[in-house]
Amino acid sequence: MKKVLELKNISKKYQAKNGEIEALKDINFCVNEGEFVSIIGPSGCGKSTLLSIISGLEPKTEGEIKVEGRIGYMLQRDSLLEWKNIYDNVMFGLEISRKKTKESQTYVEELLKKYGLYDFKDKYPNQLSGGMRQRAALIRTLAINPKILLLDEAFSALDYQTRIMVTNDIFKILKNEGITALIVTHDISEAISMSNRVIVLSKRPATVKNVHTIDFEMENRTPINCRESPKFSKYFDTIWKELDVHA
Amino acid sequence: MHEKNISEDRKKYLRKIRANKILVILTQLSILILFIVLWEVLANKKIIDSFITSQPSKIIDTFLNLSSNGLLKHLGVTLTETLIGFISGVILGVFIAILLWWSKFLAKVSEPFLVILNSLPKVALGPVIIVWVGAGMGAIITMGLAISLIVTILEILNGFLNTDKELIKMAQTFNATKFQILTKIVIPANISTFFNSLKVNIGLSLVGVITGEFLVSKAGLRIFNSIWRPSF
Repeated sequence: MKKVLELKNISKKYQAKNGEIEALKDINFCVNEGEFVSIIGPSGCGKSTLLSIISGLEPKTEGEIKVEGRIGYMLQRDSLLEWKNIYDNVMFGLEISRKKTKESQTYVEELLKKYGLYDFKDKYPNQLSGGMRQRAALIRTLAINPKILLLDEAFSALDYQTRIMVTNDIFKILKNEGITALIVTHDISEAISMSNRVIVLSKRPATVKNVHTIDFEMENRTPINCRESPKFSKYFDTIWKELDVHA
Repeated sequence: MHEKNISEDRKKYLRKIRANKILVILTQLSILILFIVLWEVLANKKIIDSFITSQPSKIIDTFLNLSSNGLLKHLGVTLTETLIGFISGVILGVFIAILLWWSKFLAKVSEPFLVILNSLPKVALGPVIIVWVGAGMGAIITMGLAISLIVTILEILNGFLNTDKELIKMAQTFNATKFQILTKIVIPANISTFFNSLKVNIGLSLVGVITGEFLVSKAGLRIFNSIWRPSF
């Protein structure tokens, strides 16, 4: 299988006034084409830092990252610009990277039609539901044609029910568009329900503690239907114990 | 939304909104009228001294004789001075705020100075300004500028610095440059801050100009005030 992303010995040290903080230590893993991989770990272990480093928003201290193609990045909130209509919002990434061509515009319009936002393209973000806003944010990211999508606690700003539906929605869209995904989350069920593999990180300095291959042996698996599988709770228990959460 | 698709409920709702708007305006007008009538009546009854507070009918008289008494000219002068002070204050203020947003170093260095300048009674600078700029319109405009500039900088900069960090990060995920973040995120996100500061500033500029006119003036509303009123 073709590797889309490969991390070799990634380390990150922060310089703060009260000393040096080692956030990540010797992180190694790769993500294959079409795969969904989740990263899970105790809060504050540096999961989000890892994504920032992969996307190039933050420098790494040591190691090597190999990426195939462009990277898309989805944040916790949809971050739609309230002063732009949906069409201008989904074009925002292209506008910034000065790639607003005829082809890209047609592509975005296709995406809007395919995912039921075309009729809303002249509306403003505050006129849309939470799920639709997330879809618009996703289309904004897809517009720049990413090979791999990084999701940083995406949807965590949504309420529980919406979140389950949105996760399902986004999962289908990504599969449909053949996009590889690397998901950072603190929600064990979300990680299991969405991914082919779950990477468990340790406490700070974060290292890869274990990698679980998730396989429900079912066709047309979606984040919602796989929750009914008996294997789901087994995976949950294993990862829960490994996370070693203390209140 | 098509006009023909409006339901009864929707119509009722829209009517209610419009009725509410009209009620607000009517109430505002009644308060204004009540105030003017009260003023006129109290002045007529000699309860308040119209020598000090004037009186609506006298003001109307003055306005009716605009061309002969020169109020128009003085009004024009004050208005011009205020507008020049106001516009230059806003432009300069926004420009400096952008500069300080751009460079954290500059912002840190200038912070204590801005705080001191802001608390400084600008009116006290009047004589210095006259010496430097000369006793004329320039000094008055400078006064208007001095009073509004620092507040503009502080207010706009504060708005800029409080721009939603997630929006900035979102732009960065598309590799936005700092200039793009400024023009596409920070400035549009602060349009309301900008208008709020305009509202405060037009008043401040007027205060500055009138103070300036107190100190040096050959024309303007303040001088008009003094001519028309025998000194105590």
